[in-house]
Amino acid sequence: MTVAIVGAGPAGTRAAEVLVRAGLRPAVIDEAAGNGGRIYQRQPDGFARDARALYGFEAAKAEAVHATFAALADRIDWHPRTLVWAIRPDRMLTLRDGVPGEVPYRHAILATGAMDRIVPEPGWTLPGVFTLGGAQIALKTQGVAIGRRVAFIGTGPLLILVAYQYAKAGAEVVLVLDTAPFGAAARQAAGLARGGATFAKGLYYMAALRRRGVRVIHGGAPLRFEGEGALSGVRWRDARGEHHVACDAAGIGFGLKPEAQLADLAEVPFAFDAQQRVWVPQRDAAGRTPCPGIYLAGDGAAIGGADVAELAGARAAWAVIEDRGLAVDRAEVARLDRALARQAPFRAALDHAFPYPGALAAAAPDDCIVCHCEAITAGELRAAARDAPEVNRGKALTRVGMGRCQGRVCGPPAAEILAAELGCDIADVGRLRGQPPVKPIPVMT
Amino acid sequence: MTTEADVLIVGGGGAGCSAALHLALRGARVVLLERGLVGGHASGVNYGGVRMNGRHPAELPVARKSREIWGRLPSLIGTDCEFEVTGHLKLARNAEEEADLVAYMDVARDAGLPLQMIGRNAIHATYPWLGPSVVAGALSPEDGAANPRLLSPALARAARAAGADLHEGVEATEFAHDGAAFCVRAGGAAFRAPVLLNCGGYWGGKVAAAFGEAVPISAMSPNLMVSEPVRYFIEPNMGVVGGNTYVRQIRRGNIIFGGGRGENDPDQLRSRPLPEPTLAAMRLAVELVPALAGINVIRSWTGIEGEMPDHIPVIGPSRTTPGLFHAFGFSGHGFQLGPAIGAILSELVLDGRTDVPLDPFRIDRFGVGTDGQ
Repeated sequence: MTVAIVGAGPAGTRAAEVLVRAGLRPAVIDEAAGNGGRIYQRQPDGFARDARALYGFEAAKAEAVHATFAALADRIDWHPRTLVWAIRPDRMLTLRDGVPGEVPYRHAILATGAMDRIVPEPGWTLPGVFTLGGAQIALKTQGVAIGRRVAFIGTGPLLILVAYQYAKAGAEVVLVLDTAPFGAAARQAAGLARGGATFAKGLYYMAALRRRGVRVIHGGAPLRFEGEGALSGVRWRDARGEHHVACDAAGIGFGLKPEAQLADLAEVPFAFDAQQRVWVPQRDAAGRTPCPGIYLAGDGAAIGGADVAELAGARAAWAVIEDRGLAVDRAEVARLDRALARQAPFRAALDHAFPYPGALAAAAPDDCIVCHCEAITAGELRAAARDAPEVNRGKALTRVGMGRCQGRVCGPPAAEILAAELGCDIADVGRLRGQPPVKPIPVMT
Repeated sequence: MTTEADVLIVGGGGAGCSAALHLALRGARVVLLERGLVGGHASGVNYGGVRMNGRHPAELPVARKSREIWGRLPSLIGTDCEFEVTGHLKLARNAEEEADLVAYMDVARDAGLPLQMIGRNAIHATYPWLGPSVVAGALSPEDGAANPRLLSPALARAARAAGADLHEGVEATEFAHDGAAFCVRAGGAAFRAPVLLNCGGYWGGKVAAAFGEAVPISAMSPNLMVSEPVRYFIEPNMGVVGGNTYVRQIRRGNIIFGGGRGENDPDQLRSRPLPEPTLAAMRLAVELVPALAGINVIRSWTGIEGEMPDHIPVIGPSRTTPGLFHAFGFSGHGFQLGPAIGAILSELVLDGRTDVPLDPFRIDRFGVGTDGQ
């Protein structure tokens, strides 16, 4: 029985490389047509931008991840354009081009990546408002911008990066609004500096934005996305008061969270990360979960970025190799463990510098939609709180998290709102139970 | 410290919460003990059918009584729980199934259940979206569907307002009778009452066994799923002869359907839908309504329900212990019955009798010993 890797991003690619070198033939499954994940996403066939244009400073890493995968082609079972919609102890249930299938496994490495976190503010569901990740993918894959005059609002390293990429691509970036106060980043300067090149790039993007005259605000907050039928402007505030900026698109994102639904369906236990204010699947430093045969790597396990993902993917593969009783290169494993340990202070500093603004989410006005799929407002959720001591009951009573996205978007802010209304710690309202399918699948005959 | 009450209820599903409400409305001091949150298992995660059509003849009087309560939920508990009278259409897909529908017409007539047989030609004229395999249907116009997630919490809220004492997150772990009253230990506290109602769903079997009345109950987990919202076109709640699939659409557009069984581990309170039944149910549902093909399913789920060998529940007094009344093992179709079960239990407790014949549901019908084996 084989090893199956879900996700062919930096983590999945490096895991496959290590397994192949150990003589195994892994199955590699990805929803995309090519490897690279979101961070090193390929452009469609026929597009001809070079790696430098697509991936900037990361071009060499992206090309290495692509080339590594290409070299593995005839030594893996590659399942492109394939969704794993459910997982059982011995097999994954897949859907490829509308056809259901199965991939059996004895060991599974789930390298399922990350997604943006949202803070709902009135109007955030207007056409023209995208997640930062969505804004970046539009630019990276299709070479299109989400708008001509674009505001970027949120927090985290992605905020500055995407704003920079848009400015460089020729969009007019009218505002970069970071909800994290500058002081938070300054206090973490020592830890952030441990990030070395990554930290330096962040400073470079910031300087480049300022050089272009882009307005960059720290410690502000969005108040309202305005427009009739489509976004026409954003109302926001900072220490000096309320402001308005006209724009035809906005990219919003307040950090990332693991795409951990598959780990959830595999019954990996979760624990609450109080700093990130999010539930994360449990695994050891090598990626082993308490569920035999299930391993986690990359941002799908915990947000660490692409460099950490490459290391973690390789490390999880070595854990699989060891657990299959095959020969382990101890020196290589020790090197990976040291490299992963070196990244930890930088990631911790990032978490402190760019906290998820839970209080802002909890303060969403009553008429603000929290659950986009089902159009459920913060007020409806608050009204249900008297009968809902935890989020699954809140979902049952209001339909928050019951729609197409199954709470992937609205789950964390809904938990903030419910916890605030109940006056309890956010960990105490729990997390939404995952149910298959991981993403919608069509009724098949 | 021991909390004294007139009636102790174990289990906060539809039956238990309704019993708490009906008893409290008549002035009884009621304590209900629920291990999780009310309506957390079968009562809250079922398909949502409010159906009399096709029921076992013994259940029809209970279902008729319950249907009357469903009609006045707004005045009773302040919400209709999204109950909508859409009719229930039971479909036949071959001659044998059609014969089954025809035979049931006599059962319905005897029970006073209005039922309309719809033949081969009329069924496709009336419901042009039905697939060609459908050959006949029986429509029960007074039936419909409701949101199962709302019923138990709403009953519980009304029961509390009426003075009942409902404890959630409190698991009843020890059951005894001291000669004068039942003593139940739960969550570090003790509760005592001369009457005990066992509304424990699948786990009701364990309560019965504690009083020497073990029954052959098993855990079942119906495999259910829901689609994204699409144009509203399926008005009736639908089932089939044999019951291997069932389909309904809610007005906001989602289609809810199911078939087959998930897996469960009731000792761990764990249940999971399974992929193969999900795919099989899709095929069966598309056979009934071909337009379902290609519509996205956004979630599947299941829960834990108690199933009796003869597929009807245990309802009525204990044969071993005076003051104990059972209502559990609804075998996958207790949601509609819940409101009436509470009313019936309140009558048994306060009046010593009820108009509804309960003999078919007696606990000793399985002929098993009373020694807990």
